[in-house]
Amino acid sequence: MSIAGSNAEPPLADAGDASANPIIRIDGLNKWFGSFHVLRDINLEVAPRERIVICGPSGSGKSTLIRCINRLEEHQEGSITVDGTELTHDLKNIDAIRREVGMVFQQFNLFPHLTVLENCMLAPVWVRKMPRKEAEEIAMTFLERVKIPDQAPKYPGQLSGGQQQRVAIARSLCMRPKIMLFDEPTSALDPEMIKEVLDVMVDLAGSGMTMLVVTHEMGFASQVADRVMIMDDGQILEQNTPDEFFNNPQSDRTKLFLSQILHH
Amino acid sequence: MSDERAFYRSQAEMLPPRPAPAATVGVVGWMRANLFSSYLNIALTLMSAGLLWVAVPPFLDWALFGADFSGATGADCTGDGACWAWLDQRIEQFLYGFYPAESYWRVNLAVILLVPALAYLLFDNLPYARYGRFFSVAYPVIAAVLLVGGFGLESVTTDKFGGFMLNLVAGLAGIVLSLPIGILLALGRRSRLPVVRILCVVFIEIFRGVPLITLLFVAIVILQLFLPPEVSLDQLIRVMIMITLFASAYMAEVIRGGLQAISQGQYEASQAMGLGYWQMMRLVVLPQALKISIPGIVNTFIGLFKDTTLVIIIGLFDILGQARLLQTNPEWIGEVDHETFLLAAVFFFVICFSMSRYSINLEKSLDTGRQ
Repeated sequence: MSIAGSNAEPPLADAGDASANPIIRIDGLNKWFGSFHVLRDINLEVAPRERIVICGPSGSGKSTLIRCINRLEEHQEGSITVDGTELTHDLKNIDAIRREVGMVFQQFNLFPHLTVLENCMLAPVWVRKMPRKEAEEIAMTFLERVKIPDQAPKYPGQLSGGQQQRVAIARSLCMRPKIMLFDEPTSALDPEMIKEVLDVMVDLAGSGMTMLVVTHEMGFASQVADRVMIMDDGQILEQNTPDEFFNNPQSDRTKLFLSQILHH
Repeated sequence: MSDERAFYRSQAEMLPPRPAPAATVGVVGWMRANLFSSYLNIALTLMSAGLLWVAVPPFLDWALFGADFSGATGADCTGDGACWAWLDQRIEQFLYGFYPAESYWRVNLAVILLVPALAYLLFDNLPYARYGRFFSVAYPVIAAVLLVGGFGLESVTTDKFGGFMLNLVAGLAGIVLSLPIGILLALGRRSRLPVVRILCVVFIEIFRGVPLITLLFVAIVILQLFLPPEVSLDQLIRVMIMITLFASAYMAEVIRGGLQAISQGQYEASQAMGLGYWQMMRLVVLPQALKISIPGIVNTFIGLFKDTTLVIIIGLFDILGQARLLQTNPEWIGEVDHETFLLAAVFFFVICFSMSRYSINLEKSLDTGRQ
């Protein structure tokens, strides 16, 4: 089953060959919060269909990094180019990029005054100017893909955390994004609900979606990631295939981090 | 099953439900829970009952049983009770002021049309809702033409407006205009553009920091000193503008409180999916912020509506003005002081209480549950 419904290309492309024609290119990225240097000289290329898992201790800048990609955070130095469009102060560019980049948040951030269906229809109708009927059909398609079509008429407040996060994923997919960003999507969930969300994400990964996932779910990382990277002090410390990353970590910092999250 | 506490109950042994003890349900249960639940409550209940016993029967005696209902002047009111004889000849002035009697139907029609106009705005499950909304939007223009004249209707100047109709006109105009202005001011006060923010703060603080009656004097007396003599803005319109701006400043602060309660995540989710600023505000932020602000908004509406009685300072006779007028009328002097005020109070109470009940109703219907 393919989550990104209309994608005509065959699913499960080869692991990213970043040199080919990257869909995201980040060059010399630097960002400060006040005087705090939160991102330090980040260089990153993401190939279409590539699935990247970013981990690292809290405060290492991993959320800030992916939030820079859709301009929820503004960077001060360096350049970010998404699908051929460079992020500048030009609002047109920002809007164009946000249309192609979906985001799933730790706190779900569903709109509590709208039903699940209306949550999913909002952006297609108002941003893509899609007729309501078509938007509703697409919304129902994706709600079925995340296995909760029966919750469509309910309000987010009536759903469990796992269900809300699956709605949030469906809501992002309704915009037919080329890239999906996940900012610790399972960190706010009760343990028994993590799996239902990860299942949806695994399914999405299988459909060929380009994904950047900030998470500490190492099982998910080794199962679907093409590349795992660890950040610390605003820098990318190490990146590798999941196999090499987990079995043959190079830096001491990575070894320490892995030992802390795998053996607690 | 060696453990003494081990336990098993078969389906056949399951207990059926029993009715709740009589002491917790029905009238007796309600009284126990609400009136006699503790010694303090018992004392308060008895004191309240005593107060009602002392106050209510004499009031009814005065207002109804011992009252005079007919007569041509105050001299005909001979009983101990209230004097309602003036109602017959004066009620029209309490309702319409000095509006020409042959045109009362225009005021009546405006009030009747107000019902569907409000209904389509306030309730969303009515038939023909699409056309109804258009009617609601067009209503202010229709009402203005009906009341002031034009399009073949004889012109009536605003100094003829009076009575409760004047309160309704000024109050409704203020309510309809102060909400959108207040929303814009609240958004402006939180704007990232310094010029917009400073202008909004200055406006809000000035209009909130000055008594309304001072603003009205400014509008009536001082404004004319600065304007060229040939420019003359209708006095009633000046008052309505001042009342509206005054209420808008309060409204802005009420709505700002609601805006601050919306989490950053709601803004980020809207931006991440590509909504622009105004779309985000209209579709995501304001519906939630306004819902939270309903009690404060209605509070401001009620205050504004009661402030319309201040039109008396520009020489217009609203319902309170009519009361004062009748109290000083030689035919009725000394007989109607309490009665006229009571009538005005009842009119205001009915409208304000309705607003309050509607807001409670609206809050319930918009409650979608929170996680």
